Amino acid sequence: MITAILRRAGAGVLVLWAAATAAYLALLAAPGSTVDAIIGDGADTPGIRAQITSEWHLDRPAVVQYLDFLWRAAHGDLGRSYLLQRPVSDVIGSQLLPTVKLAAAAAVFGVLLALVLALVARRLTSTFGLVLVSTPPFLIGIVLLSVFSFRLGWFPVSGDRGFAALVLPAITMGLPIAGTLAQVLRDGLDRALDEPFAVTARARGLRESAVLTRHALKHALLPAVTMLGWSFGVLIGGTVIIEQVFGRPGLGQVTVQAVNASDLPVVLAVVILAAAVFVVINTVTDLAYLLIDPRLRRS
Amino acid sequence: MITLEDLRVTFHLPRRTVEAVRGVSFTIEPGERVAIVGESGSGKSVTARSLVGLAGPGARVDATTLEIDGRDARRFAPRDWRHLRGGFAGLILQDALVSLDPLRTVGAEIAEVLRIHSSKTRFERTKEALRLLEEVHVPEPERRAGQYPHQLSGGLRQRALIASALAGGPKLLIADEPTTALDATVQAQILKLLAERRETLLLISHDLAVVSTLADRVLVMKDGRLVESGATRKLLSGADHPYTRQLIAAASGRRRGTTSEPGPVVIEATGLRKVYGDRAVVRDVGVTIRRGEIVGLVGESGSGKTTVAQLLFGLVEPTSGQVRFEGQRFSGVPERARRPLRRRLQFIAQDPLSAFDPRWTVRRIVAEALPRGEPVAPVLERVGLGEEVLDRYPRQLSGGQRQRVAIARAIAPRPSLIICDEPVSALDVSVQAQVLDLLAEIRERDGTALLFISHDLGVVRDLADRVLVMHDGQVVEGGTSKSVFEQPQHEYTRQLLAAVPTLEVSA
Repeated sequence: MITAILRRAGAGVLVLWAAATAAYLALLAAPGSTVDAIIGDGADTPGIRAQITSEWHLDRPAVVQYLDFLWRAAHGDLGRSYLLQRPVSDVIGSQLLPTVKLAAAAAVFGVLLALVLALVARRLTSTFGLVLVSTPPFLIGIVLLSVFSFRLGWFPVSGDRGFAALVLPAITMGLPIAGTLAQVLRDGLDRALDEPFAVTARARGLRESAVLTRHALKHALLPAVTMLGWSFGVLIGGTVIIEQVFGRPGLGQVTVQAVNASDLPVVLAVVILAAAVFVVINTVTDLAYLLIDPRLRRS
Repeated sequence: MITLEDLRVTFHLPRRTVEAVRGVSFTIEPGERVAIVGESGSGKSVTARSLVGLAGPGARVDATTLEIDGRDARRFAPRDWRHLRGGFAGLILQDALVSLDPLRTVGAEIAEVLRIHSSKTRFERTKEALRLLEEVHVPEPERRAGQYPHQLSGGLRQRALIASALAGGPKLLIADEPTTALDATVQAQILKLLAERRETLLLISHDLAVVSTLADRVLVMKDGRLVESGATRKLLSGADHPYTRQLIAAASGRRRGTTSEPGPVVIEATGLRKVYGDRAVVRDVGVTIRRGEIVGLVGESGSGKTTVAQLLFGLVEPTSGQVRFEGQRFSGVPERARRPLRRRLQFIAQDPLSAFDPRWTVRRIVAEALPRGEPVAPVLERVGLGEEVLDRYPRQLSGGQRQRVAIARAIAPRPSLIICDEPVSALDVSVQAQVLDLLAEIRERDGTALLFISHDLGVVRDLADRVLVMHDGQVVEGGTSKSVFEQPQHEYTRQLLAAVPTLEVSA
């Protein structure tokens, strides 16, 4: 058990390192020098350039800079933003909450809708799911905005004030999740209902609804959990577009800004954060598997 | 207790209509033990399940009389059926590994019945579940109740499944192939447990021998119709219908082929030992098979017989000991050295459906095993298949046809030895008999040696010249088929033989 946990943690660190390194190399290869990025629109003289170079240690060899970055990152110091001249952890920290709030709300909405679709409206699931999956989220967002915000005025058009502002973006992001998840759940339920244990359960006098919820659902959850883990990871990335559409603060906005301005430390931090989210989600998914299926637990 | 008249069950599937049961009539009196016997597709399971309203999705059930527990079940609402299931009738299916929910503890599965059919509290239900486990002779019920089906042995699982069927205090037990997935000794224990019960029993089986130990009365079904019925003893001694006689003949077995003079040694394994982790699954096993010889390897699941097959086939390297095939080293050498010999050593699996590429036609499957350009039809003819199957896919063949294709593929490169791992276990008895005849014929005509692995002692007795009995990774007894089956020396062999239900045909 302990070795399994250690192995998993080791693999997680490896993934984080690989993600950070890949992003570092990609940004190094991007056009434009770091000094340009730091100067931005400010005064540009040889003196200032020299000062920046020595202050940010840009005169050191690339390998040393890379190792220095790794060393600091390992100690939790992600550096300072070139653009905002503030510690990266501040920049990201202030924007993290709105994004997590949005992703979590979307996930909860998606899961609930998927469960309702798969368990109650079983016949509708495949058509409905197909429509949801094949519609781009931003389009759903724009339609929702124009109907419920501009025409009906039920929800605010932009910003992140209160629960009302969360409703439309969460629905926008949650609908495609509900679509795929409902399909996966329904497939799983159908397969479970074909198994002999479902016949046994019915032969005990169980209602069809109880066979579904008490027996088949747990079996259907296995593939659904994998699916959900994957979509939650995609959600974090998906917020970029949705935050633009709904004018919400969040990581998406920060990332777009940082990439445009070649703000290396911020981009790197976002990449590492995204990798960390995937590692955590994968671990949670695996643990959920153990929780659901006793056959996977080693005695 | 149950009166059926002209029961018809029709399945309306998207593209076709299947008449599974075509006019079956019978009655079951309280306290009777009735068996329905037939092969797969005979409609025996559907008939039994119709009695609890579980004929299956898309099924249409008609009958002029369908009286269950004194009530007309033709007008039953879903509610009435639910009340009946578990309460009046308990259903026991084959293989509890899949018939009990694998994600729930067996205790929870048993208690679930009580939740529906009694007003007991949670605490009382747990206690009752333990009592039921005890009633079906499960040792340490407290520990077992908290375990999942996969943590129990096949026998304990099946007992737990029976306990869950008994939980609602049913008057009728419907057991659908309750011992089919089990080893002989475990099967004997489960049959004994069922024989202890006082409930009215409806037993569904393809195995006449199993049925003869339990049932007072036997109904024989074929193609959705009842072809014969009568008291068990009377039916076995004088069956009228040719199909019943065929079933009896298949179940009582007969000697196939003759033992010819043993030829040169084909494969020789000495001191085979295989250790996985700290468990020795095969311990000091020696096997010698000569040309034209059929050697049976018997043992229960977990005895190590499949590992022996893998060692002989060169799929697994022995931890110690060696295998020589046609005089050349076959173990401890790189696969490259084995490859030229591979054509001479073939394998037939239990379920050919999973051993064939589902997207290949029969023609392609067999042609692959033949030298380039050689025609496929003559090989198929040798296994009794016509040209009409050439362009079919494995799924479009019957179980017997598929196994014939597997045999065709195995004999195509003219091997000196074929290893058969439970080659007829998945087949109906009458088809089984045909495939066994074919194997005996191939041995006689081509002089091909066979290693025949099976847990079915009856089949091995009919076919093999010599028998090796495996237990706990060791060969505990070996000798000619006659001597092992008639004068078993080892205690385990005796147990194994005693456990096999036999058909006593007085005629």
